[in-house]
Amino acid sequence: MSDALTVNDLTCNFDVSAPWLNRVLERKPRQFVRAVDDISFTVPMGGCLSLVGESGCGKSTVARLVTGLYRASEGEVRFAPGRSGEPLSAQMIFQDPFASLNPRWRVKNIIAEPLRELKLRNSDAEVMERVGELLRIVGLAPSDGSKFPHEFSGGQRQRISIARALAGEPEFLVCDEPTSALDVSVQAQILNLMRKLQDEMGLTYLFISHDMSVVRHMSDRIAVMYLGRIVEEADTETLFANPRHPYTRLLLETIPDIAEPKRHRSITASEVPSPLNPPSGCTFHPRCPLADGRCKSERPAMRNFADGSRAACHRVEEAAVATAKAIQAA
Amino acid sequence: MSEPVTSPVLDVRGLCVEFPGRHGTVAALSDVSLSIRPGEILGVVGESGAGKSMTGLAVQGLLEPPGRISGGEVWLSGRRIDQLSDKDMQSVRGRQIGAIFQDPLTSLNPLFTVGAQLVETIRLHLKLSKQGAKDRAIHLLKEVGIPAPEARFDHYPHQFSGGMRQRVVIALALAAEPKLIIADEPTTALDVSIQAQITSLLRRLCDDHGTSVMLVTHDMGVIAETADRVAVMYAGRLVEIGPVEEVLRNARHPYTRGLMGSIPALGRRVERLNQIDGSMPRLNAIPRGCAFNPRCPEAGRRCREDRPEPTPVGHGVSACWLNAGGVL
Ligand SMILES: Nc1ncnc2c1ncn2[C@@H]1O[C@H](COP(=O)(O)OP(=O)(O)OP(=O)(O)O)[C@@H](O)[C@H]1O
Ligand SMILES: Nc1ncnc2c1ncn2[C@@H]1O[C@H](COP(=O)(O)OP(=O)(O)OP(=O)(O)O)[C@@H](O)[C@H]1O
Ligand code: SF4
Ligand SMILES: [Mg+2]
Ligand SMILES: [Mg+2]
Repeated sequence: MSDALTVNDLTCNFDVSAPWLNRVLERKPRQFVRAVDDISFTVPMGGCLSLVGESGCGKSTVARLVTGLYRASEGEVRFAPGRSGEPLSAQMIFQDPFASLNPRWRVKNIIAEPLRELKLRNSDAEVMERVGELLRIVGLAPSDGSKFPHEFSGGQRQRISIARALAGEPEFLVCDEPTSALDVSVQAQILNLMRKLQDEMGLTYLFISHDMSVVRHMSDRIAVMYLGRIVEEADTETLFANPRHPYTRLLLETIPDIAEPKRHRSITASEVPSPLNPPSGCTFHPRCPLADGRCKSERPAMRNFADGSRAACHRVEEAAVATAKAIQAA
Repeated sequence: MSEPVTSPVLDVRGLCVEFPGRHGTVAALSDVSLSIRPGEILGVVGESGAGKSMTGLAVQGLLEPPGRISGGEVWLSGRRIDQLSDKDMQSVRGRQIGAIFQDPLTSLNPLFTVGAQLVETIRLHLKLSKQGAKDRAIHLLKEVGIPAPEARFDHYPHQFSGGMRQRVVIALALAAEPKLIIADEPTTALDVSIQAQITSLLRRLCDDHGTSVMLVTHDMGVIAETADRVAVMYAGRLVEIGPVEEVLRNARHPYTRGLMGSIPALGRRVERLNQIDGSMPRLNAIPRGCAFNPRCPEAGRRCREDRPEPTPVGHGVSACWLNAGGVL
């Protein structure tokens, strides 16, 4: 299958220095956050790649770089031609549904904007008919269109932003935590809808969620990020069955389970290092149970494996042994 | 009651909230009663739009006009607070009730650094020197899992990731050591490891300081791990409330059972997730009888005619005819 999106060696630095005067008076150095550090990936046409990783690891920054909301410091983002022959246009569902809806507009106008902008319907009556349809699709009522965003609950607002993103009939959708404010039953409806759109219209997704069960349900392939880098990428079932990177293993171990709620979880989040001052070598080494001297000094290169996955770890072989042991023990 | 009486920190009795509108008045909350004891975490769950946030806002006197409390009472540590003046209520908020809002941006001012906002809140409520307040602020940032808190102290909200902002809001809510914390989806944007850290922080506050928490979330995993009791809401009403194990394992209300069924299972991938068919009624079109009856697989004639009252079952309460003499 051809690739809808190709990202090469993408890097994004943010200047978070104190204002000039404070820097001079308090003798503070300039400070940078390397939110995204030299990452590459592709998303096949009609497929779904998910980005997972801890809070602050750079997922939203990748999403914003891909949709052109941030400028990359280095690297390239390339979309393949879509149905019209022009490069695919990406729509984005934002992590924060509150900030992305204009509070002074009625909901119907918020959703109608892309329809009008892209001239997807001829008359105003047709636009409004489509708006009503979209509202129904996301589980709201057409009559809700005449209200303002503040009159809706959190999850309802998130659904409004999903309706708005779908209005533009995008071929590529970047979803940043699209269902995080939704309860399980509405979440199930929205995820089923997104899968259906993918099957019927060949929609391609770049999907971000911290909920591993949602990610598993939605994606063909998963890229695991840690402190701005991709540390492992694999097909969904391969990743769950055979995580290669020690960080991926840690991530999978910490998933809460309602069947077994108070089970011991080994992770200690207070150790999460800061992207302001990332550790040397493999940035995961301070938390890694397998780290040795080389991990502290040398950044591990990405290695490709026969099953199509890749991982950046000096000690993947040892990690594989550890995984096999854990599976046996279970 | 024969149980040892520890008077509840929060006691909500028959709370009703209405929104007068162009097309008549809608009842957003109808006869909601719940209480939280010292050191207890009460989880509040229910579908989007069920009235969870509204309950939290009404308790804090933060309903957006024209919304108003049209019935019932709210008691905080033995003091009735639903009739206090705006000024008195303001001092209750922040000092006695710490709020974590669903929208993290409402609590953060984009023009000030995160550190400045924390210090201001701390000094408003606690008698601390500037340096003392700064130390406490950094300690709080550390407790909510912000790496390099000293450096982050000087950053602005937009320089944080979504999940980091959410944690700053949590730090703000804890700043004045309140007796009651109302946490509305505090961990939605957080990955599991940070989530675990936040929930264990809340747990610790409850165990060590007797703080009470109303934890609004749609994440059953979080509820299972942290809550002592859980309240289930539907269409502005309370349908079930009880100890967490009982509600998760042995739900009495068909709606609660449906909710449990729609959780994506981790172990297997299914073509289609279970969903409770249909959707929650709009507030202006709540059906007669039990509000859930059009979607309920067990509904009978009585469900379509009479509204079931909350009735004690097991260690909890459920509002369903199945538990009150049958559906006919
Ligand atoms: N506009 C900005 N200015 C400065 N720093 C930023 C900006 N946006 C993000 N950052 C920093 O970049 C890093 C990555 O942030 P990003 O929002 O991409 O994380 P994320 O993976 O989406 O996390 P979350 O799961 O919490 O949303 C963080 O350290 C954050 O502080
Ligand atoms: N300012 C308002 N004016 C009119 N109706 C409102 C207003 N705010 C909320 N509502 C309605 O009240 C109902 C309950 O909203 P609430 O915010 O409590 O839901 P919730 O249970 O918190 O849902 P979510 O999980 O989506 O956040 C919703 O149907 C919403 O549309
Ligand atoms: S490279 Fe070393 S420190 Fe990094 S994950 Fe692999 S074993 Fe752990
Ligand atoms: Mg993000
Ligand atoms: Mg809410």
